[in-house]
Amino acid sequence: MTAAGARNTRVVLVDDHALFRAGVRSELDGLVDVVGDAATVADAVALIRELTPDVVLLDVHMPDGGGLEVLRQVGADAGATQFLALSVSDAAEDVIAVIRAGARGYVTKTISGAELADAVRRVHDGDAVFSPRLAGFVLDAFAGAAPAPERDADLDQLTPREREVLQHIARGYMYKEIALRLGISAKTVEAHVSAVLRKLQLSSRHELSRWAAARRID
Amino acid sequence: MSDVAHPLTGARSTPASRRDLRRDPEHGMIAGVCEGIGRRLDIDPLLLRIVFVATTFASGLGIAAYLLAWWLLPVEGAQPAAAVAAAKQRSGRNRRAALEVGIGVGCLVISILLTFRELGLPFSDVLTWPLVLVAAGGALIWRQSVGRPGEPGAVALPAAGAAPGALAPPLLQDQGDSRPAVISRIGIGVTLVITAAIVFLQFSGALAAASDVALAALVVVIALVVIFAPFFVRLLTSLSIERAERIRSQERAEVAAHLHDSVLQTLALMQKRADDPREVAALARRQERELRTWLSGAPARADGERWLAPALQAAADEIEQAHGVAIDVVAVGDAPLDRDGEALVAAAREAMLNAAKFAGDAGAVAVYAEAGAERLEVFVRDRGPGFDPAAVPADRRGVRESIVGRMERHGGRAAINAAPGGGGTEIELVLERGEAS
Repeated sequence: MTAAGARNTRVVLVDDHALFRAGVRSELDGLVDVVGDAATVADAVALIRELTPDVVLLDVHMPDGGGLEVLRQVGADAGATQFLALSVSDAAEDVIAVIRAGARGYVTKTISGAELADAVRRVHDGDAVFSPRLAGFVLDAFAGAAPAPERDADLDQLTPREREVLQHIARGYMYKEIALRLGISAKTVEAHVSAVLRKLQLSSRHELSRWAAARRID
Repeated sequence: MSDVAHPLTGARSTPASRRDLRRDPEHGMIAGVCEGIGRRLDIDPLLLRIVFVATTFASGLGIAAYLLAWWLLPVEGAQPAAAVAAAKQRSGRNRRAALEVGIGVGCLVISILLTFRELGLPFSDVLTWPLVLVAAGGALIWRQSVGRPGEPGAVALPAAGAAPGALAPPLLQDQGDSRPAVISRIGIGVTLVITAAIVFLQFSGALAAASDVALAALVVVIALVVIFAPFFVRLLTSLSIERAERIRSQERAEVAAHLHDSVLQTLALMQKRADDPREVAALARRQERELRTWLSGAPARADGERWLAPALQAAADEIEQAHGVAIDVVAVGDAPLDRDGEALVAAAREAMLNAAKFAGDAGAVAVYAEAGAERLEVFVRDRGPGFDPAAVPADRRGVRESIVGRMERHGGRAAINAAPGGGGTEIELVLERGEAS
């Protein structure tokens, strides 16, 4: 997708910190079209239903349930709207929870404006956005023994290729660089990441929840 | 009978002749005498208990016989196996010593009374058993309350002038024994003394007259409970509320102190350095990391062992602080570090240092560590202009010696990958895990 296409992406910003909303707005200015913002869960749900934006930038931590609650309430009304989680939290359980609730990716708030715009574009295209840290979490969550044969093994295990792609993301490579290194196309890299996202959302692998709980204790 | 009354002398030998006859306090009701004898003779201990109780009513012979057996019979498992911890042995000895004192004093009183009877001094049976019971029970309580059992000084019975108020605290300070054991012994002592008092009152006929008084007292007590219970409950509630509030305010003070020491200081520093964006960013980052660590409350590993992920994070923090370059560490899995692992961390630190020095202007350095079952891997990636390892002058020993050489000496390997298109450099460190170390 071209930069011109990205510029027309309609984005709603949900964050309870006015200062942060203003900062992101100015950073994204000219890169995407920020059509509205909301500071509370109720406002966000109403705004998303009214505007049906392409992408919602969603803060994980807010009063009244945060991004998770927004995702839950918008639910089936979301239509073509995609969600990208944006947070200062590095806590694994928060990240995994919003992804499993339907967000297409997770980036930290320290991301640069250009990178954020790129992530927004990718989410709008239906791809997944994994930060190096999220890739690390996912590798950790899917690490360990092979799944029991009677379960849906497809969902419970990463393919070697998917592991390889995630490892490269965790090592700080861009999708394009990963494609070059692995000798595949950038589209294939994106397909792998999307497949991992699907597994993350649909897998009933109990290690996922157990792992998140164990992380909380650490 | 007086010749058995030397319970205060220390260690007790266990002659082979009665080696198999032991009492079993673990399973018995009082001291495990019936349990032990029953096991030896293959009789239901309940039967023996009935015999003991029956003979007790017949002139009190049962109690004397029981006490004698208690004192004479070794405890089940008294000879400690080699594996039994020393502390446990001491605890067992203390327990035995405490009970022995009680029994011994009881036997002593019996013997004194018997001597009196022989000498023709007049006293009735009404007095005998209460006295014995009071003496035994009192000795048990005193023994438990004053000083630590097992200490030489504590064996001597305290003078009668000791303040009764001093009873309670030492009970809980008794370190040689578990609290339940102490409490059960105190309970036995108290029961003995109370039984003695009731027996005495019953025989002397004072109890019948006392029943009216007791009824009156009971009614008054119930009335007082009804009156004061609400006040007492309210007092307890307000105390617990007060305590919770005190804890809250302490926590608030602690948070305030921490924020003052760290965050406010950093903010002040950032205002001073406002003209140096790189310095400001580094300060903000360092503070962020510190605050995150504090908020997560992650405690240091208690065993003092170093683990891969925290060690890498610590190295990254240090370099980040020294060179003002952001270093993101992502770790998958974790592993304790042996000597080779320490070398891996040292090499990774060198790689980070290299990246911070020569590629620090090009953005954050990414560090990825994976601890798998077979190998430890660390990748350090920068986005700098890149360099050709072959073109590095021989005097620049950094990369060749402290990274590649170090990894090879410890059975690992290091590779330097230039990203395609000149987009930075990645140093790859691999250490196979195995029995080789």
